[in-house]
Amino acid sequence: MLARLRSGGFSGFVVRRLLLGLIVLLMVSIVVFAATQALPGDPARAILGRSATPASLAALRLKLHLDQPIFSQYWTWLTGLLRGNLGTSLAAQEPVTTLLGPKLVNSSVLVAISAIVSIPLSIAIGSWAAFRREKIFDTLSSNLLLVLAALPEFVVAVVLIILLATTVSQVLPGTSTIPPGSRPWNFPSYLVLPALTLVIAVAPYVARIMRASMVEVLESDYVEMARLKGLPERIVLIRHALPNALGPVFQVIALNLAYLAGGIVVVETVFNYGGIGSGMQEAVINHDLPVVQALAMLIAAVYVALNLLADVATIMVTPRLRTQL
Amino acid sequence: MIPAAGPESPTSYVAAVTVPLGTPPIRATSLLRRSLRLWRTRIGVLLVGLLVLLAIVGPFVAPHGPSTPVGVPNSLPGGKAVLGTDYLGQDVLSRLLYGGRSILITALIATALGLVVGVVIGLVAAYARNALDDVLMRAMDVIMAFPQIMLALVAVAVVGPHAWVIVVAIALTTVPRIARVARGAALPVVERDFIASAEAMGVQRWRILFVDLLPNTLGPLMVEASLRMTYSIGVIAALAFLGLSTDPNQANWGTMIQENQLDLAVQPWGAVAPIIAIALLTMGTGLIGDGIARTAAGIDRSRGAE
Repeated sequence: MLARLRSGGFSGFVVRRLLLGLIVLLMVSIVVFAATQALPGDPARAILGRSATPASLAALRLKLHLDQPIFSQYWTWLTGLLRGNLGTSLAAQEPVTTLLGPKLVNSSVLVAISAIVSIPLSIAIGSWAAFRREKIFDTLSSNLLLVLAALPEFVVAVVLIILLATTVSQVLPGTSTIPPGSRPWNFPSYLVLPALTLVIAVAPYVARIMRASMVEVLESDYVEMARLKGLPERIVLIRHALPNALGPVFQVIALNLAYLAGGIVVVETVFNYGGIGSGMQEAVINHDLPVVQALAMLIAAVYVALNLLADVATIMVTPRLRTQL
Repeated sequence: MIPAAGPESPTSYVAAVTVPLGTPPIRATSLLRRSLRLWRTRIGVLLVGLLVLLAIVGPFVAPHGPSTPVGVPNSLPGGKAVLGTDYLGQDVLSRLLYGGRSILITALIATALGLVVGVVIGLVAAYARNALDDVLMRAMDVIMAFPQIMLALVAVAVVGPHAWVIVVAIALTTVPRIARVARGAALPVVERDFIASAEAMGVQRWRILFVDLLPNTLGPLMVEASLRMTYSIGVIAALAFLGLSTDPNQANWGTMIQENQLDLAVQPWGAVAPIIAIALLTMGTGLIGDGIARTAAGIDRSRGAE
């Protein structure tokens, strides 16, 4: 079976990576469970605090299946997770799925907009900088990107609020509280600053890798060959250089999208945007462990899935790697 | 499998240049000295030096205590308070001078801890060349599946916002990123003849790891370490900003930004001053990392051309 998968070409590679991803997720679930539920001491007391009555402690222990052996507790939790039963939020006293559903929509919209803007933008900046290497655009953009890359996202967010929403000018709202029951796309102005922050947080990395990759490709023999054939520079760039330069960039794009999943914690909290990021912050402050568990698993799953997609995409665009399988 | 570039890592161009076998490793001190010829490294060192000085000396020269009320809340700069007062009427300048220490110390300890553990794991994995390598690196994958701040948040949610929890959580997320770089840099060295001859002579394993392998990985490791320092500062300040600082009563740049964010329209300095401090600090570490990366890449390229 394994031997067949090993020689199974492209689909074999995908299946292998998929299996590996599932194993990583299983390990992640053990880590999350161990960290949040199997701690020494009484989780029920940790959750309810010192003032809890014996009756409420006993009730919570029963609800968390704390009377069961540890392995069966894990099994109950894991199978519940797979069936979409994420438990009950301790702070809101409602199922975690109902609580997180609208937040998930809000966050997905925010991350999708940021990705749609930042990825083409950074690929364009990186390619153009490589094409005009050592010229003024390259020097300026490299230095600017280096500085932007070093800034933590909450610093970027608050600077944007100062520049565009409070002190310097007031063209955009500084808080983006989406009223409960409504959808973020009904409030486009609320999305601008959070999305802009995420774009500034992610674009520098993708642009820098794109530039490095493009510089290498532009120096290669086949680009030289295409030029010597007399092809117009535009065709050489778009048809020959760009597809080959994109290979290494997919990995970085995937890692940065996964990074967005963490970045939204800070950015959503700054703008008071009701998504899973600010939900995570609230859950941590409120000690709401079922919500913390669910969000940690969700974000880890997103990360593993994105990495898998990146590996597959890299293989598909890089002819050299495709034939090696 | 495709070797993935480290997350958020703009340094893969360092490894892209192949160095011919048999070249001696670049000494860390000589790499640092050469990188100081670049203006970006000098500016970086200057910025970091200034901010570290501010954090160390600050508490001794602060005109007021960090929690002493000196005037009306949110009053603009002038009079007793050079940078004005914050939302509680405390002196912004004094809080700024007090507020860097805990961030810098926590970031430094966390990064150093992550660096040491990550280097050991990376070198052992590269040297083992067997199932141990796979097991270690898959374990690293599991930790990498959490964005840095997420793991810190889970740890704080469970144990509480103690300083050691934040240090361990940040160190833990630093480990896999360092381990990948160390392993990647050590793998080609493991194949070289001088390692085989050291094994044949019966040199102890730990000596091979730390005397023969480690010096050959220092270039990429220094770049990654400065990158990780930049991130550790960012994450620790972000945690404080999210209301999870180690001591809520202490002055802290991240906490200051959060406290005064709502009063930006009235008295911007309460949030702007700590923002400038954090921005200059992370820009400084970022510039140093980029300077070292460029120098290492330049040395490799000139060697490759020989």
